[in-house]
Amino acid sequence: MAWPTIDRNQPAGDSGAAPLLSEAVREKIRSFFARYETKRAALLPALHIVQDALGHVPPQAMVEVAEVLDIAPAAVLDTASFYTHFWTHPKGAQVIVVCRGLTCEVLGGNAVLEELKRLLGIDEHGTSADGRYSLVTEDCLAGCDHGPCLLIGEKLHRRVRPEDVARILADPDNGRLAYERSTLFDAPSSAPGEPGAGNGTGGVHEKGSG
Amino acid sequence: MRDYEPILLRNVGVPEARTLKGYEARGGYRGIRKALGSSPEQIVEEVKKANLRGRGGAGFPAGLKWSFLPKDRTITYLCVNADESEPPTFSNRLLMENDPHQVLEGAMIAAYATRAQVAYIYMRVEFHEQFHVLQRAVDEAYAAGYLGRRLFGHDFDLQVYIHRGAGAYVCGEETGLIESIEGKRGWPRIKPPFPALEGLFRRPTVVNNVETLANLPHLIERGAAWFTSIGPPHSTGPKLFCISGPVRRPGCYEGPMTITVRDLIERPEFGGGMLPGKRVKMVLPGGVSVGVLTANELDMKMDFADPAKYGLLGLGTAAAVVVDTDTDIRLVLRNLARFYALESCGQCTQCREGTSWMYKIAARIAAGAGRRADLDILEQTARNMGMMPGLSICGLPDGATYPIETLVRKFRSELEELIGQQEPARRDAVLQTVN
Ligand SMILES: Cc1cc2nc3c(=O)[nH]c(=O)nc-3n(C[C@H](O)[C@H](O)[C@H](O)COP(=O)(O)O)c2cc1C
Ligand code: SF4
Ligand code: FES
Repeated sequence: MAWPTIDRNQPAGDSGAAPLLSEAVREKIRSFFARYETKRAALLPALHIVQDALGHVPPQAMVEVAEVLDIAPAAVLDTASFYTHFWTHPKGAQVIVVCRGLTCEVLGGNAVLEELKRLLGIDEHGTSADGRYSLVTEDCLAGCDHGPCLLIGEKLHRRVRPEDVARILADPDNGRLAYERSTLFDAPSSAPGEPGAGNGTGGVHEKGSG
Repeated sequence: MRDYEPILLRNVGVPEARTLKGYEARGGYRGIRKALGSSPEQIVEEVKKANLRGRGGAGFPAGLKWSFLPKDRTITYLCVNADESEPPTFSNRLLMENDPHQVLEGAMIAAYATRAQVAYIYMRVEFHEQFHVLQRAVDEAYAAGYLGRRLFGHDFDLQVYIHRGAGAYVCGEETGLIESIEGKRGWPRIKPPFPALEGLFRRPTVVNNVETLANLPHLIERGAAWFTSIGPPHSTGPKLFCISGPVRRPGCYEGPMTITVRDLIERPEFGGGMLPGKRVKMVLPGGVSVGVLTANELDMKMDFADPAKYGLLGLGTAAAVVVDTDTDIRLVLRNLARFYALESCGQCTQCREGTSWMYKIAARIAAGAGRRADLDILEQTARNMGMMPGLSICGLPDGATYPIETLVRKFRSELEELIGQQEPARRDAVLQTVN
């Protein structure tokens, strides 16, 4: 059989599904264009915004992001799949990232990981049956002075011992950062047209060339 | 170093220094004001004279790097490397969360010296508190007119944006970082062209580490002569050192580059000695990527010259982790090998395959099914893939091979002994599963 050559800049046909990205999400993504010379450079911010809104980045969302950024859907997948923090499949309400870096391992981090697996009844990359938690590991969270550590949501838990794990899991605020959030990740501070601010149409790596 | 006054860490533990007002009250934003009274070329000269070497790992002189920018450029970018993913390094984290305006002021001075109009701070996504603290500092600086148009009333405009990564060690490599800002996978680029000529969006670009930049306000305010009065001539200025593992006071400390690894572990103002009952087996003194020291090599100086004498790649990130005698050395080997196997970006065959094979072998040894020949294979692989410079697109395989080669070489008899003690039944069972 022969494989047809199709235009990869276009999605393969209208799936008929309702759009996943709301106008507010699209607008937030567009607000990042002012920061860069190309629209494509807004891709990491865009994927973060989508993941914050949907919990993960499913293929349809990638197609829609491609539309907003005016790049090929394949380019979005190419980038998204490279980074460990973009999830193409649904995750639990909270993702627990356990440090497996050298300091944390020397200080007993493996036992913390085992206790988490036991209490959640899952293995690495799994999601608990109640959908509350997913479990992943990562190298060095840069909290080695307080190892063993783990990250839940935005909060770094420090000097965790196996006997602390049950208490941490039960705490409803375990992913919340005490520090007041900046709103600026939502709204860039320099208006388009400011000196030095790109206008998002530089065209250096536009559609199809990435 | 009881008589050493911290410079870079002077605002740590002073919560009000996180605000613009508090930072200024403690002497902040004097360096940029002074810098703006000189020409960019004069700043570059001063930084060259001070011999400020990059703190991100490679130790390249900052002023020299800036002077590679083409004279006739119009658009220039500054990228602040806040990716800090090298285990077990946390000095940039400490600077950003405690003293965000110091980082910003450093970026302003570097931007002025290089005539950059936009600075991107590339920050690893796991930094949440640090992101919010730094972003608030950026907001404050814009509101005060310290960023944006005509900084401090001078003919100098600067936009600063924080660009968050998404989990990839190789994005700390300067051209991987640039690709990542451009919205692509963080695949390092073949150099040349170097970023100074063709970097972000193919424009002249400078990439500098957070700690490198944090030095600038002080260097400019107090001058190159003051800067070179700290530390030996090849390793000037204040330096941050991290110490982690089973020591009494794990943390990030500041001093001149005259201290030794032993000082960092034992002195009361630094690590304060080992935890009760713990003894040093091994130290990785510069992040994991420079290699390992034995307990007999702790007199190594934490400077840019001495590590080579111990067979190490360099000073690296000056972040030491102590491995104690209770830790199974095979787990250390496996941990190191796994890190690079998972983080190799896969572009270069010998890096992709070499790191994966080293991990497979290390995992087998850790599982109790090692062979003596495996140690030879590890050493040989290390020699073939990383220690021959120029074969790879980026420096990751150098970082992968130094710890593995030095560990296998310096701890060979211990590894051989452990391999000799393996239970044959267990070994055979493991070998069945991996063939
Ligand atoms: C695999 C790899 C990872 C790196 N990660 C970092 C990093 O996280 N932070 C950093 O500042 N430099 C990192 N570097 C070094 C950068 O490529 C670059 O040398 C540095 O940011 C330059 O800044 P400096 O001259 O101020 O040190 C890394 C290099 C390699 C090869
Ligand atoms: S050396 Fe390794 S990490 Fe660096 S570009 Fe090649 S494959 Fe990627
Ligand atoms: S090794 Fe776990 S935080 Fe660094």
